[in-house]
Amino acid sequence: MSQMSTRTKQPVGAPTSATNTESGRIGDSPLRPDGTLKVTGEFAYASDLWMDDMIWGVTLRSPHPHARIRSIDIGPALATPGVYAVLTADDIPGRNAVGLEFDDQPALATGVVRYQGEPVALVAADHPEIARQAAKKVVVDYELLPVVSDSRAALEPDSPKVHDGGNLVRHLKIRKGDQSVKAPVVVSTDFEVGMQDQAFLGPESGLAVPAEDGGVDLYVATQWLHVDQKQICNVLGLPPEKVRLTLAGVGGAFGGREDLSMHVHACLLAMHTGKPVKMVYNREESFFGHVHRHPARMRFEYGAQPDGRLVYGKAEIIFDGGAYASSTAAVVGNGGTLGMGPYVFPSVTVDCYGVYTNNPPCGAMRGFGCVQAAFAHESLMDELADAVGASRIGVRELNGMTEGAENITGQVIDSAAPVAELIRKVAELPLPPADTGSDLRSMPGGVANTTHGEGVRRGVGYAVTYKNIGFSEGFDDYSTARVRLEVVNHEPVATVHTAAAEVGQGLITIEQQIARTELGVQRVVVHPKDTSVGSGGSTSASRQTYVTGGAVKAACEAVRRTVLARAARTLGAEDLVLDGGKVVSRSGEVLADLVDVLGEVPVEETVEWRHRPTEAIDPETGQGNAHVQYAFSAHRAVVDVDVELGLVKVVALDTAQDVGRALNPAAVIGQIQGGSAQGMGLALMEEIIVSDGHIRNPSFTDYLIPTILDMPPMQIEVLEYADPHAPYGVRGVGEPPTISSGPAVAAAIRQATGLPLRRVPIRPEHIAGLVE
Amino acid sequence: MDFLRPTSWAEALEAKAAHPGAVPIAGGTDVMVELNFDRHRPEALLDLNQVTELQQWAEDGTRIRLGAGVTYTRIIEELGDPLPGLAMASRTVGSPQIRNRGTVAGNLGAASPAGDAHPPLLATGAEIRVASTRGTRTLRAEDFYTGVKRNALEPDELIEAVVLEKAKGPQQFAKIGTRNAMVISVAAFAIALDPEAGTVGTGIGSAAPTPRRARDAETFLAGELAAHGLWETRGAIPDSLTREFGERVRRAASPIDDVRGTAAYRLHSLAVMARRTLGWAWADLQNDQRKAS
Ligand SMILES: Cc1cc2nc3c(=O)[nH]c(=O)nc-3n(C[C@H](O)[C@H](O)[C@H](O)COP(=O)(O)OP(=O)(O)OC[C@H]3O[C@@H](n4cnc5c(N)ncnc54)[C@H](O)[C@@H]3O)c2cc1C
Repeated sequence: MSQMSTRTKQPVGAPTSATNTESGRIGDSPLRPDGTLKVTGEFAYASDLWMDDMIWGVTLRSPHPHARIRSIDIGPALATPGVYAVLTADDIPGRNAVGLEFDDQPALATGVVRYQGEPVALVAADHPEIARQAAKKVVVDYELLPVVSDSRAALEPDSPKVHDGGNLVRHLKIRKGDQSVKAPVVVSTDFEVGMQDQAFLGPESGLAVPAEDGGVDLYVATQWLHVDQKQICNVLGLPPEKVRLTLAGVGGAFGGREDLSMHVHACLLAMHTGKPVKMVYNREESFFGHVHRHPARMRFEYGAQPDGRLVYGKAEIIFDGGAYASSTAAVVGNGGTLGMGPYVFPSVTVDCYGVYTNNPPCGAMRGFGCVQAAFAHESLMDELADAVGASRIGVRELNGMTEGAENITGQVIDSAAPVAELIRKVAELPLPPADTGSDLRSMPGGVANTTHGEGVRRGVGYAVTYKNIGFSEGFDDYSTARVRLEVVNHEPVATVHTAAAEVGQGLITIEQQIARTELGVQRVVVHPKDTSVGSGGSTSASRQTYVTGGAVKAACEAVRRTVLARAARTLGAEDLVLDGGKVVSRSGEVLADLVDVLGEVPVEETVEWRHRPTEAIDPETGQGNAHVQYAFSAHRAVVDVDVELGLVKVVALDTAQDVGRALNPAAVIGQIQGGSAQGMGLALMEEIIVSDGHIRNPSFTDYLIPTILDMPPMQIEVLEYADPHAPYGVRGVGEPPTISSGPAVAAAIRQATGLPLRRVPIRPEHIAGLVE
Repeated sequence: MDFLRPTSWAEALEAKAAHPGAVPIAGGTDVMVELNFDRHRPEALLDLNQVTELQQWAEDGTRIRLGAGVTYTRIIEELGDPLPGLAMASRTVGSPQIRNRGTVAGNLGAASPAGDAHPPLLATGAEIRVASTRGTRTLRAEDFYTGVKRNALEPDELIEAVVLEKAKGPQQFAKIGTRNAMVISVAAFAIALDPEAGTVGTGIGSAAPTPRRARDAETFLAGELAAHGLWETRGAIPDSLTREFGERVRRAASPIDDVRGTAAYRLHSLAVMARRTLGWAWADLQNDQRKAS
């Protein structure tokens, strides 16, 4: 495997190869190499990276959501003893533009700042404290500009413009079927979703090391090394071979690490000072340092027959993208093409907008555009059920997609779409006992002792949702895997090298399981994730087991072909397989040791693997085969609500999900539990509160995420309807639970309270009737 | 920044007299947050953890003398019977880790209107014993809180202990948070009944610039209970009376809107908590009587 010759020294805390010798093929649940280390506190996260001669970088950020920069005086900061560099946009050697889809964002602000927290200057010093103090001495003269903070008003022609090109990032239209059709039953709703944060526990951090060849090595916690590399190259004005990235220990991501944070800043400082530069955000800075989930304002209408069968659906969805595009266009793509939910609509009208405002930039987060819309379509399905006198389960069974159904972009769902089965499955799971006992921890409010049963009402809610897996709308979505099989210490060892980020979801383990399965060996080494191999694509869209898993499988198959061809030549036999470190005939007869077949000559193959292509949708009708795979899930939530105080205890949160095939059943359960908690968090408490472009709760004191006392035990039904088009039949797992859990919780609270509750998070004052 | 580590109470007082700008640190669960966020750059820290006298509690006749360094965990485990209100409030503080370190004196030192120890201290008429090399003085809890995150300590003074009467009747505490654990109070309420003396104590948290009592509600309720002979009979409290008590508690508060909750919700929830905690406390009293007879 090609080693990088330019890299001189490795920092402490840089990743090493994962070499655990567990067994475990696909379908097993072997221990993860990082599992014990994380539990015992020994895992090296990016924030633990260290080099003795390193210095520390900090970022000076705009306090204003919209302002012109009249001048920046770095003099006093630069004069501070211990300071090595103070950089502004003027010091950028390449193009001062970054961004996932459009490079509309400066690496350091020039001329104008468009959101509170936008990076303006960088300081490097020999101690983080000195760097922070020096940053305060940078004098920036701002002229305040009007703040665009309302996503609907941003679309008005007379709105101030956040960017020269106007405030519209994308308008997606779907026009399917008869646009003037009427229906005997009509239900409609407005719904609003607040700004959720990924709230990953490991803050943004990394270490940039200047290299002797005039390039830089960056160790960083991120989600997609190659898209980072491309952007960093632009800013530094360097070719890719001079900008080498290695994935450092990642403490959660959930979409929030898809955009650059400190990556390019640390590189700029390292190149400028010639010293390794470490940057670590603190919790408060982290809230300003990454994109959030788009807040959404939605207006939905369904027309139906008196029996509840859908005739048409209409939706207007406005996503507030904040100051820079990030992945807003793709979020609009998802919200628009998937936002009516997993139901069959003969006629559809959708207008989905992504807009610029001076609010915090929003981008990728688990569930990506589907989460927001699901709250609207599921609350409206309940209303439809009530309007026609059908059961909430029945109306979903009636309208739910089935395999072969056509979705609203005219795409035929060509693998399992078990909507009716999923909703029935969760409905049939045993309900928790009506009386949860006298332990305060089972009451709304918990040990805070706000009720001993007074005001408490039980509610049950259902939701079923779907999501695309992988990148869509014609994106060239691929992953690269390099697999090598060789003899080490008289043992056959497979080494898997991909650049696909392990962010805690267990990809390394999956890569090992696949290699063990395909190559019939026990020892599988997973090389650190870096850019010395081709792109693995993003760890997002629930795609890595599918796409990088597919690439590893294909590379293993290529290696196997070469090895078996070699074996066939020497053995003079055909139709061979690899198993247990042996070359075996189809009938199971051991013909040779793999070690002997390999000898001194390793076999290495690199494969770029693609899933079936998707298409751009028609700009006027929104029709097209936009997505490659769909994943379906359903939740049933049972809540106890103190209707007087507005406090909620989720008593049960049960789910059913089709995962195609569970390559690692324990990991599947972990994803479903975590995703469900995150969806519940949005329904109940998780919101970045923004007023006039300012974040008012940038801390875990006031941005609340569920604790173990908020999360109920879960009953989980995993269905495995293999997708014939996907490797091993897998279907993405990570996002669906985040989409269906929140709407089920919201529905349960509506049922308990009888209130419409058209906004999440649902706050106590909404339930107590103190806010209209 | 200097780090002072006295090993006796006398040394601690001398250190504080010599360094009035030194910030005392007990559990550090407030101090370290302030330091980490760079909100304060004290000239020195005065670590009280080596002062063993502070880590003790003792019975003193009808009272408990709670050393400044006694943690919430110990209050919950060791003092639930004599100090039920404070123990209930302690149980709602942060997480196990925070309760293992945090102290009531630290809560008093921080003097946040949201501190959970304050409502029961107010409701039970607790006294705060503070000391300096100049001597010792005793303050009533209600005189201790002087403003948002301000208290009555002089620069050279330290909190020595909190002195509380052993419960003479039922006590209750309730706290609103938007999740079921590990949350700063949106509003909190404590009540303490003393059937012998025929008095009612209350404490309100997170609903005014300082923790405060609802005095008017206290005298009203005590008076009405006496007028109806209920202290003796322990009969059911009429709904109208419970409701009026809740209203008067609500009127005692003057909350603000913030990210944790609206003023309207705080007022509403206080009235509800006042009604409910009174109901529970009264039921406890009725149960006691039943057990006794
Ligand atoms: C994660 C987290 C959760 C929390 N949750 C809650 C909660 O639910 N409810 C709540 O009320 N609080 C909460 N807090 C705040 C904090 O835990 C409490 O205020 C606690 O009581 C502080 O006690 P301490 O001993 O840690 O104080 P320290 O941090 O050591 O000190 C706090 C203040 O008191 C002063 N001080 C301490 N001892 C003395 C003394 N003997 N004499 C004079 N001054 C003194 C210090 O100088 C400082 O100003 C939380 C804090 C954290 C970090």
